[in-house]
Amino acid sequence: MTTFYAIFIDGMIYASWLFLVAAGLTVIYGVMRILNMAHGSFYAIGAYCAASMVGWYFSDFDGNPYLSYLLLIGCALVAGLVVGVVIEQGLLRFMYKRNELLMIIITYALLLILEDTTKLAFGVDPYFTYQPYALLGRSDIGGLAFANYDLLLVAVSAIIGLGCWLVLNRTHVGKVLRAVIHDREIAVAMGVNVRLMFAGTFIVGTTLGALAGALTAPSISVSPGIGVEVIVLAFAVVVVGGLGSIEGAIVGALLVGMTRSLAVHLAPQIELFVIYGVMSLVLAVRPQGLFGRTLARKI
Amino acid sequence: MKNIVQKTLAVMAAAGTLAAMPVHAAENGKFRVGVVTFLSGAAAGPFGVPSINGAKVLVDALNQGKVPAPYNVKGINGLEIETVVIDENGGATKQVEEFRNLAERHKVDAVVGYISSGDCLAISPVAEELGVPTVFFDCGTSRLFEENKTPRYVFRTGLDAAIDNIAAARYLVDSGRKVEAIAGIQQNYAWGQDSWGDFTAAIKQLKPGVKVTTEQFPKIFQGQYGAEISALALSNPDVIHSSFWGGDMEALVLQGNARGLFDKRSAILTCGESALDRFKGQASNGLIVGGRGPFGAFAPKNTLSDWFHAAYMAKNEIEPTYPAYKMVQAILGLKAAAEKAAAGKAGTVPGKDALVGAFSNLTFESVSGSVNMSRAKGHQALQGIAYGEYHYDAKTKKASLKNIKAYAGECVTPPDGTTAGEWIKAGFPGAKCGG
Amino acid sequence: MIHIDRSMVGLAAATLILAAAGGFVPDWLAFILTLALAKALVVQGVVLQMRAGLVSFGQGLFFCVGGYAVGMGGHFFGINDAPVLLLAGALAAVALAAVLGLLMTRYRDIFFAMLSLALSMILFGVLVKSSELGSTDGFNVHPATFFGLSFKTEAYKTALYLLTVLLAGGGALVLHLVHHSGLGRMWEAIRENEIRVEYLGLSPRWLLYANYLLAAAFAALGGGLTALATGHIDPEMSFWTTSGEFVFIALLGGTSHVAAPMVAAVLFAFVRTYAIEFTPHTWQMILGFVLLGIIVFLPKGLWSLVRSEKRAKA
Repeated sequence: MTTFYAIFIDGMIYASWLFLVAAGLTVIYGVMRILNMAHGSFYAIGAYCAASMVGWYFSDFDGNPYLSYLLLIGCALVAGLVVGVVIEQGLLRFMYKRNELLMIIITYALLLILEDTTKLAFGVDPYFTYQPYALLGRSDIGGLAFANYDLLLVAVSAIIGLGCWLVLNRTHVGKVLRAVIHDREIAVAMGVNVRLMFAGTFIVGTTLGALAGALTAPSISVSPGIGVEVIVLAFAVVVVGGLGSIEGAIVGALLVGMTRSLAVHLAPQIELFVIYGVMSLVLAVRPQGLFGRTLARKI
Repeated sequence: MKNIVQKTLAVMAAAGTLAAMPVHAAENGKFRVGVVTFLSGAAAGPFGVPSINGAKVLVDALNQGKVPAPYNVKGINGLEIETVVIDENGGATKQVEEFRNLAERHKVDAVVGYISSGDCLAISPVAEELGVPTVFFDCGTSRLFEENKTPRYVFRTGLDAAIDNIAAARYLVDSGRKVEAIAGIQQNYAWGQDSWGDFTAAIKQLKPGVKVTTEQFPKIFQGQYGAEISALALSNPDVIHSSFWGGDMEALVLQGNARGLFDKRSAILTCGESALDRFKGQASNGLIVGGRGPFGAFAPKNTLSDWFHAAYMAKNEIEPTYPAYKMVQAILGLKAAAEKAAAGKAGTVPGKDALVGAFSNLTFESVSGSVNMSRAKGHQALQGIAYGEYHYDAKTKKASLKNIKAYAGECVTPPDGTTAGEWIKAGFPGAKCGG
Repeated sequence: MIHIDRSMVGLAAATLILAAAGGFVPDWLAFILTLALAKALVVQGVVLQMRAGLVSFGQGLFFCVGGYAVGMGGHFFGINDAPVLLLAGALAAVALAAVLGLLMTRYRDIFFAMLSLALSMILFGVLVKSSELGSTDGFNVHPATFFGLSFKTEAYKTALYLLTVLLAGGGALVLHLVHHSGLGRMWEAIRENEIRVEYLGLSPRWLLYANYLLAAAFAALGGGLTALATGHIDPEMSFWTTSGEFVFIALLGGTSHVAAPMVAAVLFAFVRTYAIEFTPHTWQMILGFVLLGIIVFLPKGLWSLVRSEKRAKA
């Protein structure tokens, strides 16, 4: 029985982390049709900024430890905003006429550049900022201890998911965005400022990526290469759910998270295959992903 | 038609010129050493950077003649040491390409490096083919000299990973802990799989009837171990063994500790020493850590290790960990061998064959004490290994090791001609463990 | 009859010159060229798919199959002749592609890319789990013979270099013919508008199936040659970053001419090796800027340098 609880809770925690990582990717793809290979780098930048600032806060500044959570989120917002604006305004906006494939390669080049930039800025020594993680203590659920920080992350993730959904489905901006997603040309013809929408979306996407990194930073050791590791995970979640769909990313994250948790508890040997196995199976049954739209065939 | 041929050739020729451009003088009166270690990727922080920093400290001091005896001769045999530093990141194929560049374009006199086992296995035959004296300082695969049975140019001054795990099993049993049920969590690649295989085989020999409750193999660089920690905790073992390293190890310790995973049981980390000062009290006291040999915090006190520790601290303002010691050991071994081979003719680069001849079966002084190149036909160092318990003092904010127990090389190393696996299965015949 | 055009003569000439150069270039250069040309073969397959509108982020799958076929042939089956091993690798890859192709040809665009990535990562997982094959450490490849002749160290490398040059040149010639055949034109038509191809009474799916098989064979040849040259294979060959590199080189060169992948692969090898040497800490960044520069200034790849000049003259 405890195993059953554990599978569920572990699955939820992992799924919420996956969703955090994948949300920015799917938002950017949904609106801009850019499969952003550099998404992992935004995650890494967020993690590094948060880890270094929180580390500094605890070592050189004797403030209220609970303020470090604000610092964590603040870092992510600033980092995401700065990186997003610089990349969108400095590079991407000149490239929007290029095809989808070339955009992948452009973001791949960005990934290479950002990886080394992060390394130059933060060094290769891992950052270990455990304080926000250790501060919240643990809860006993069914005889098994869980870190409260991880449980809180489930709630944060749910809020972000709900927020994205509400913006997209219940606001004016969301309506306009959906128009852009549905048919870019008609949206332009209707007087939608697509450039502005693109810039805004990209910045939101990078900020979500940075936020995922910042929220993960206290529970891991922030070291070079963490960005590259999450790219494929995020891709898989987004592809399973259907590219560009927020609901899809939620369901994709839950599916992958739960399956992985099941595997770890019941058959640890197959853990390595879970993510690609789920992806292959879902694509074999539904080629466009669970929530993906089939595109009209244009002659 | 001409146009395309011309263009193709022009591009190729341009590439060719670019390639031929920086042809270094092969003999510039310096001793040229290729140094290969991780400068990027996840292994850079915990292993690559300490090792390259160690190399820098040592090479600078050697070139100024500031290292204590018996290494007070300037550089190597009186020649200034010149290093060519290469990033080990990027996989074995790339490393073979870079090794050939080092040998044939840079015409290095020797290569010191390699942390990844896969890289060592791939480089070993190439080094033999090209005849470049090559010293592996860290990679731990047992397969190295099982496959390269008649090594000539390849040496390893670091220890085999099987030794880590044999000693880990001995330490657990010898310290009188409850070892009835064990569980493991390893990164899912060769290192983790081999470590777990050797450890379980060894502990089953020393403690017959021991039960394995769960074996977790998360993907390397996974970072999130929530489900694994639950599974480990639910299986309720007496001992948790892990060969994790770097960021993965720190994340596991942090996440496990926050959930009380290590509270009621022993846990052993074979690479734990490399993060001794990084755990910052997030590891529970009593956690057993290893340093892959008598390195880092396990290094004995002697003139060389005191000097190195001080010199490293002065330059890097952080404690040197085991990768730094292992790199230094490799370079010292190379220097000792080269000077022995030069046989008093100071200021010359000894012939490659003379160098490797002098290196095999060499005994040299190092930061870890005396090193005996007495295994694998004189190409593999035989050294002891130690484990100890991590203890953190919240007042001084310093970590230290308690209950250290060292094992002699003869106790934990299989004799030549026997693979580690066979030796463990046979019940460690011929092991000399003293009292 | 086969019409001999300028490109073919040019390719044949370049192949002969490269082969002849094998006698003069230093060993390390020959080794880099061997690896680069082997990689170019894989990239030819990627370009082949790109011409039909498909981008594979999993070509490492067949690259790896080719490499492991060569390694395992020597280790477990006692086959030591390079051409036989390469052929075996290509056949194994084609056989695998024949099965996977049934599924893969249903996918387009990003879904083709991601599914191909997933499949290659599953092979990666299987190999990581196979301790008999050395898990992630892989294993060393026995030196091979060439048509029954065995060579010593120096001559061995030259022989391998020549074989690689001939295969790369020959492969490019074959692909050049294919690109200009009816089949090649149909692939381009699929890329432009698949539905119109259907209206012509053709089956895009089976056309792409043939494309997929051919690309797999080329990838396996490249993988086999890489294994022979480095003397070592490991699962990294099937990792997605390896496949990403092939796409990278394909776009670097451009898809308009069969010589482009070769030029791009050689250039890529040099840029990387010198970036690693001069800036060991920031070589990825240099690679990124080079790539970005090419995309911004030469969106159709390096080969557009050749093309634009030609057009200007005409």
